[in-house]
Amino acid sequence: MDLSWLDDFLWTYQNVIHSVGINGLLALSMYVVLAVGQLSLGQAAFMGLGAYSAALMTLKLGWPFWMVLPLSCVVPILFALAIGLPTLRLSGVYLAIATVGLGEVLKALYVNIDYVGGALGLTGIPEATETWMIYGLLALAVLAFWLVARSGIGRAMEAIREDETAARVMGVSCFRYQLGALVVSAMLAGIAGALEAHSTSLISPGEFGFEPEVSILSFALLGGIGTPIGPVVGAFILTLLPELLRGMADLRLVFNGVIIVVAVLFMPEGLVALRLRRRSA
Amino acid sequence: MLAQQLVNGVLLGATYALFALGFTLMFGVLKVINLTYGFYFTAGAFAALFFTRYVVASVWLALPVAAIAAGIIAMACDGLLLTRLRRRGAPELSSLMVTVGAVLALNSAAAALFSPDIRRLPVGLVSVESFNFWGVRVTTAQFLVLGASIVLVGALIWLLRGTRVGVAIRAVAENPEAAGLMGINTGRTAALVSFVSGALAGAGGMLIGLNFNAIHPYMGEEMMLRGFVVVIVGGLGDIRGALIAGLMLGVVEVLTAGYIDSGMKEAVSFAILVLVLWTRPSGLFGAPKLRRA
Repeated sequence: MDLSWLDDFLWTYQNVIHSVGINGLLALSMYVVLAVGQLSLGQAAFMGLGAYSAALMTLKLGWPFWMVLPLSCVVPILFALAIGLPTLRLSGVYLAIATVGLGEVLKALYVNIDYVGGALGLTGIPEATETWMIYGLLALAVLAFWLVARSGIGRAMEAIREDETAARVMGVSCFRYQLGALVVSAMLAGIAGALEAHSTSLISPGEFGFEPEVSILSFALLGGIGTPIGPVVGAFILTLLPELLRGMADLRLVFNGVIIVVAVLFMPEGLVALRLRRRSA
Repeated sequence: MLAQQLVNGVLLGATYALFALGFTLMFGVLKVINLTYGFYFTAGAFAALFFTRYVVASVWLALPVAAIAAGIIAMACDGLLLTRLRRRGAPELSSLMVTVGAVLALNSAAAALFSPDIRRLPVGLVSVESFNFWGVRVTTAQFLVLGASIVLVGALIWLLRGTRVGVAIRAVAENPEAAGLMGINTGRTAALVSFVSGALAGAGGMLIGLNFNAIHPYMGEEMMLRGFVVVIVGGLGDIRGALIAGLMLGVVEVLTAGYIDSGMKEAVSFAILVLVLWTRPSGLFGAPKLRRA
């Protein structure tokens, strides 16, 4: 069978295909925090930390990609701990505020530090990301989250999300689950950042600010956070839609913002309102 | 040199305090982190810009226009987005998420509508002359900013402490349900608080636009980081704390820019925010409070 058309197709649309998958990973990293009833607005910031640290490891240290990719989650995890440890003991708004702040501050730092390329960012990053890596990781992450959601940990997470007080009364350590979720989320976002940096071969501070951050939230809320599939579907739709409707590029962000408002006000279950099926306990 | 920088820092801090005041008031009474607050700031600056350019080039008229315009927008946003959630008794993160989405939509729409260019208030709106006090230079604009901030803060404190409306607002902040049972119209109080907070943000927007001579659609977003630092360091919902923390932040920023590197301003303020969260999460001036589930 002649599959050369598939090669052509993949080659032409490689950027779109990559960004769809990477956005899927980011949506999952948002999902895991929302799943424990917290709101982190630092996904883009964690992604930026992963992207910048990976790009620096490749460009300045010359390390191979198979080493860089797993290591790209180290810096995001450290930042997640520095912010998560104090804020998760407080009410939910503190994590949200601190993570928005983190994004703004990192953007300002990237612009002002010449070593990381200033406002222009880093260029000439070798294109080491393969499509199978992105989708392999995405499939792996969905599968892992699905299994976790069906396990006892998933029950605990759902209990925390529905009613933190009740969960605590039942002996669930909310703090530990929430910190764990934040760390996993930072890890995923960091790796997504490394993949992104080695896919587009250039990164700049503007890619990791408030707008991309809120867009990631819109992926998760459009899909709904009942299952790990929902956010990924949301990311696919919201990444492909602007590609199909070229004319509305200007209004893409307005649209993403409106989706969040509508999702929270009118359809809290999301578009993919699937319920996880579990054996009754 | 140091004296000049301290004075500049205090003057900058006065606008930060003014900006953060409405933000912390909104949280204190309505129990909502309202991220659209940054948009009210931008809206005030733009209202002042269009008013001075097309109607009358007067600072004294532009300030109330900016405040009222932003206040009305704030009231509309609160009514459209948050009233429904409040009535439903939705968790605080739902309302936070709604404002996150709304501010992205509003900012992007403003940027698409007005272009992201930097605009300036008309030349000659305030005289460019400056005054010299023992070697410390203060411009007319800075004087105006300081004077307006003092008047607005004074008016807010009078409203909250010296009037019946203020008693109602403080009662709603304490316990909305009990306040409602005592015959306070909580819906109207929420609208009033939104208006007052929005007006403070709008006035702040115009004053910062005047001080830095730059108005653009993303100015509110850039300001929000300062707002976060001030309200966390001062203690969420603490008005006196926000005033002190605002002044402190202004001084810290100016000193960082003067003695370390102006590119490190944001990083230093954020480091302070994280440090306060680690050590005194209820703010520098608040009593430590245990987490209530």
